Amino acid sequence: MRPESTENPASAAKVVFAEREIPIFRAGDIVRVAERSPVGHYRVPTYLRGKIGVVEAVIEPPGIDNEDESFGRNAGIKLHYYRVSFPMKSIWENYEDSSKDALHIEVFETWLQKEKP
Amino acid sequence: MTNEASVHADDHSHDGDHSHSHAPVQQEGHPSYYEIMEIAVRELLVEKKLLGPGEIRRQIEVLDSRTPALGAKVVAKAWVDAAFKARLLENGRTACEEFGISFYDDTQLIVLENTEKIHNVIVCTLCSCYPRALLGLPPDWYKLKPYRARTVSEPRVVLAEFGTVIPDDVEVRVSDSTAMVRYLVLPLRPSGTEALTEEELAALVTRDAMIGVIMVKGPNEKEAP
Repeated sequence: MRPESTENPASAAKVVFAEREIPIFRAGDIVRVAERSPVGHYRVPTYLRGKIGVVEAVIEPPGIDNEDESFGRNAGIKLHYYRVSFPMKSIWENYEDSSKDALHIEVFETWLQKEKP
Repeated sequence: MTNEASVHADDHSHDGDHSHSHAPVQQEGHPSYYEIMEIAVRELLVEKKLLGPGEIRRQIEVLDSRTPALGAKVVAKAWVDAAFKARLLENGRTACEEFGISFYDDTQLIVLENTEKIHNVIVCTLCSCYPRALLGLPPDWYKLKPYRARTVSEPRVVLAEFGTVIPDDVEVRVSDSTAMVRYLVLPLRPSGTEALTEEELAALVTRDAMIGVIMVKGPNEKEAP
């Protein structure tokens, strides 16, 4: 079952989804990576902090926050990971190669905010 | 540890040409800090009965049974069977499980298809995330910092060092695997391979092509110098 939106097609069962079942971003959304500096284990590389990218895909099903999991906290809320793309030229000031080049990475929901286009 | 030279002398006669060294296989020098740490932690875990030594050996056997040959089979089938390729791109893990390749952990597999417009290459900047369940252990260069740092910042320079030059109008797409997803590059099928069987195609596919640092060469192409 992939709860991709709050609207179900007419033929599907009408159910209410739990809040965190539904991804808050969709493919095509423009997102900004947070600029936190957490103490201890982190997964979002420092080179992407504060960068703006585009959501390419929602990873299903929801997953455990791998930063919490590393401390043994592996129960409780699950949220979504999103595959996000960043043009190389937006990450590296001095990127001299093709402007087509891009970086793709999975980012956990708590690290992303919607950015106005 | 037995002295290999003395065992060797008993094994066979020395009549023929003998070009290999008889130097005994021995541990030279002092173990490194991390080697000592690994041995200490492992022995403690076994001593405290948190792990059995058989479990450790079993996991080594699990990983030893995973090799690039498995990935090559998956790639070759994707090249010849369009429906399988669609399933593979939709869900890499379940498609591999069709081959009896088990995934012993919670990771997903995303298969990245190379096309005329996109060339994929994978890296793990944080550590060495790699599709081990499918390909086995990664090469040392994949785990070391130069590859991990440079592939995300100057991928074309790194690719050129492997002999791979991608034209400017083709996107080089670097995937940094830091979450619970692992990647496999589905390389472009080389031209001139229409008549090959699935097995013959699999023999062309190498580990480095599934990481994305090289392209698969056709049967008649020479290696880059």
